[in-house]
Amino acid sequence: MKEAKTREPATPAAPPKPKVKGSRSTSRVSTGRPKGRPAWHRQHLLGIEELTPREIVHILDTAEGFAEVSTRSIKKVPALRGKVVANLFIEDSTRTRTSFSLAAQRLSADVLDFYSQGSSLSKGESVRDTARNVEAMGVDIMVLRHSAAGAAHYLARCVNMCIVNAGDGQHEHPTQALLDAYTIRENKGRIEGLKVAIVGDIAHSRVARSSIWCLQKLGAEVTVVGPTTLVPKGFTSMGARVAHDFDEVIPDMDVINMLRVQGERLESQLFPSLHEYTWLFGMTPERLQRAKPDVLIMHPGPINRGIELASEVADGPQSSILRQVTNGLAVRMAVLFLVNQAASTGR
Amino acid sequence: MKTIVIKNGRVIDPSCGLDQVCDLRLAEGKVQQVGKVDHTCDRTIDAQGLIVAPGLIDIHVHLREPGQTELESIETGSAAAAAGGFTTVACMPNTDPPLDDEAAIEFVIRQGARANLCNVLPVGAITKDRAGKELAEMGRMARAGAVGFSEDGCGVASPAVMRRALQYVTMFDKPIMQHCETSEIAGDGVMNGGPTAIRLGLPGLPAMAEELMLQRDLTLVAAAGARYHVQHVTTAGAVEMIRQARASGQRVTAEVTPHHLLLTEACVATYDSNYKVKPPLRTAQDIAACIKGVRDGTITALASDHAPHSVAGKELEFQRAPFGIIGLETALAMYVRALIQPGHIDWPQLIRLMTLGPAEILGLDKGTLQPGRDADVTLIDPQRTWTVDPARFRSKARNCPWNGEEVTGRAVLTIVAGDIKYCADADQGRINH
Amino acid sequence: MPRGVGLGRLAGYPARAKEKLVQVLYGKPEIDQALRRMARQIGEAMPPGADIAVIGIRSRGEFLAQRLIRLLETYQPNGIPSGVLDITLYRDDLAEMGPAAVLRETLIDFPISDKYVVLVDDVIYTGRSVRAALTALAEFGRAKATRLAVLVDRPARELPIQPDFFGWRTQPNDGLVEVKLEETDGVDAVELP
Repeated sequence: MKEAKTREPATPAAPPKPKVKGSRSTSRVSTGRPKGRPAWHRQHLLGIEELTPREIVHILDTAEGFAEVSTRSIKKVPALRGKVVANLFIEDSTRTRTSFSLAAQRLSADVLDFYSQGSSLSKGESVRDTARNVEAMGVDIMVLRHSAAGAAHYLARCVNMCIVNAGDGQHEHPTQALLDAYTIRENKGRIEGLKVAIVGDIAHSRVARSSIWCLQKLGAEVTVVGPTTLVPKGFTSMGARVAHDFDEVIPDMDVINMLRVQGERLESQLFPSLHEYTWLFGMTPERLQRAKPDVLIMHPGPINRGIELASEVADGPQSSILRQVTNGLAVRMAVLFLVNQAASTGR
Repeated sequence: MKTIVIKNGRVIDPSCGLDQVCDLRLAEGKVQQVGKVDHTCDRTIDAQGLIVAPGLIDIHVHLREPGQTELESIETGSAAAAAGGFTTVACMPNTDPPLDDEAAIEFVIRQGARANLCNVLPVGAITKDRAGKELAEMGRMARAGAVGFSEDGCGVASPAVMRRALQYVTMFDKPIMQHCETSEIAGDGVMNGGPTAIRLGLPGLPAMAEELMLQRDLTLVAAAGARYHVQHVTTAGAVEMIRQARASGQRVTAEVTPHHLLLTEACVATYDSNYKVKPPLRTAQDIAACIKGVRDGTITALASDHAPHSVAGKELEFQRAPFGIIGLETALAMYVRALIQPGHIDWPQLIRLMTLGPAEILGLDKGTLQPGRDADVTLIDPQRTWTVDPARFRSKARNCPWNGEEVTGRAVLTIVAGDIKYCADADQGRINH
Repeated sequence: MPRGVGLGRLAGYPARAKEKLVQVLYGKPEIDQALRRMARQIGEAMPPGADIAVIGIRSRGEFLAQRLIRLLETYQPNGIPSGVLDITLYRDDLAEMGPAAVLRETLIDFPISDKYVVLVDDVIYTGRSVRAALTALAEFGRAKATRLAVLVDRPARELPIQPDFFGWRTQPNDGLVEVKLEETDGVDAVELP
């Protein structure tokens, strides 16, 4: 709370206000323009690594504004009316794609879907050519999922559209990390000072990398947990703590984020069997008993019931899995809105 | 073949320790006189301010012919070499089909002669079809003109095959040149393994992959007593192993590329495929160790590993793009930047690393300006600054990480067997007709 | 330190050196009085048995709405539903605002379909904010009737929209009137910079 100084036009600090959900104590003139630099000026969302804490908080706050839209009877706002959003999912994922689709539609945008399951992607065409063809159709925002790390960064250099990274290989999955952070903040009221564990195949997980960046920038302490073959020491260079004994870590944690174990890892013999994996790293009801009573259990989905997560835990009161899906919609609406606003003055 | 007198240049000949301003006379394709020379000639070249060196030799280039001439041909590759100041190049056998028999070797030599821009010396494959199983006809290839044997693009995976190859090649007194990479450790790695690869989400290719094969090979080399050359060394551990092998009397040599002396794995953060290369760009400590290896004579040759790819080929996501960086036309300037400008070595040492060093590795009677030897001469302007513009390269390829940069040091005249094969535009005036 | 408090209708009040000259038109007592008057007008204008709801337009409208609700309690003793509307997404200059557009939450957690809705804002100038608010409100249903209450009406309309209840009306060439509230700015004042 600043004292008004002689040099500036006096903006006396706001006294404590009655608590209204979502209100923030910034002083504004009635036109809705905030003082100072805009918090978000990026035309793309390529990763969390390059974002500042202020930018991340701004996305989460904006998402709060959009969360309400999904509770209305007419679940639409005109924010992206007349704009075209294209989903280019070279590596398909029905749930992420439909989440982005629905988010764009709630913002009144027109939505195009290109995904590898259908024949809508030409065989042999390079992703650069595909993206430029999409742009030539008049698309404003492209949501990209690709199996190659850095694909979003690469395409952002090739086209003028806004690019939102929906997952690039093993590198980042920014909107997942953001919706996880939103869910934690919604449940715990804050992120700073919390102890968060991410459990599973960290080495191959873009969700893990994005989450490590996101949570750290917001002041949480992150521990990555899993077998030595899937959680290399190198992750300490990202600021996370590395642990291989899940039971030892559990009692201290405020949030435990379970990652899906993929069959391919078993094939490449990074651990001998799912049975052994579950015994060492599965979130069972017994392990839940040893956690804090108000621990938040998270999972990006889809769940392998009985493997990384026991059914009772997935469906239990500490699980936020369905909240994550709902919040994912609000976060993606916020992201599409913000990149569009950033780009609109440049046009 | 005209008679040429090159006067007033700083003549550096590492084979006899010569480094002084004097004149050179070339006649009938050979060096005739050094020092005070007879000035009657067909052409006089005033080399004031320039270095007069033996023709530069690059023992590691890819010319993509036969089979992939859309990427590069022996002709365009030779033109690129001459423009870079190289009078001799040794080209690798990972063509399509590979250079694994006499006919292929003869084909490359013929094409090189037809292009008539520099000496093109083929390196034969170690195994048939580069499949790593059966030895190729090294004897007949050597007779046809192969100067060494390599599987480059990959290493020889089987210890038994490598052992046999090292034993066999001693009959022909040619080196085995190994691309050290244990493929099972390398996996699908696309950049140096380590924290940066983890951060960028890219599969890593650890230093261990290079060092493990080198370690194995050095044991086999000691037993066979063969000549063994380590291609594109990149890790501190590998340099140390080579140092110790040489100290214990093994006939082991090594080369290093310009990009492995200048660029680290941090460059990959942009996901620009112009930084995708095998072996991958490593760390600053590895670069320092390679430079130390150059200074103390562990590494005796500099080589570009010129690896052309099509523009469309490289315009892909990092993980999908092919490996390779071109280098013939920028190598000299980049060595100046990596080694001369920071003061690690001086010009006579650099010339040695680019002439006599490579010549000795391949057993060539080149890399020297002594009278009676081939008139392969390169004139270098050590002060000349120029801007790297891939659009003006004579190579077909454009995959260069130094696009647009201002660099210092350039070959301004390249003479092969007494004929001028390349002349940098601004120097036309120095040649009197 | 706040400016212009308690000096009422004083002309030409320069605050401090290096600050812009500000003329304080009205202070807290006048604002409270105006709000009481408006509340009375609203209460009398409503048909008997009407179900009033008060929705404030962010940001200052929100707090004026809360004050009005307290003053309207006598007219609807069993409570008046309140809501807050953020009009950012409905502005006709949203694209031009670019990254300066900051979205905040809209909260209307009651059905508006049988209500007399009073929209509250601090100032009406061009009328564009109110148009945006009306469009936004329509997303929530069809109110029985919608009325507009503003503290200051500055006639500089670019749309045919007029307030039903207002505290003061200024003259067209009076300049850009600014409202400050204790809840957002630390002081109640209507100023002329």
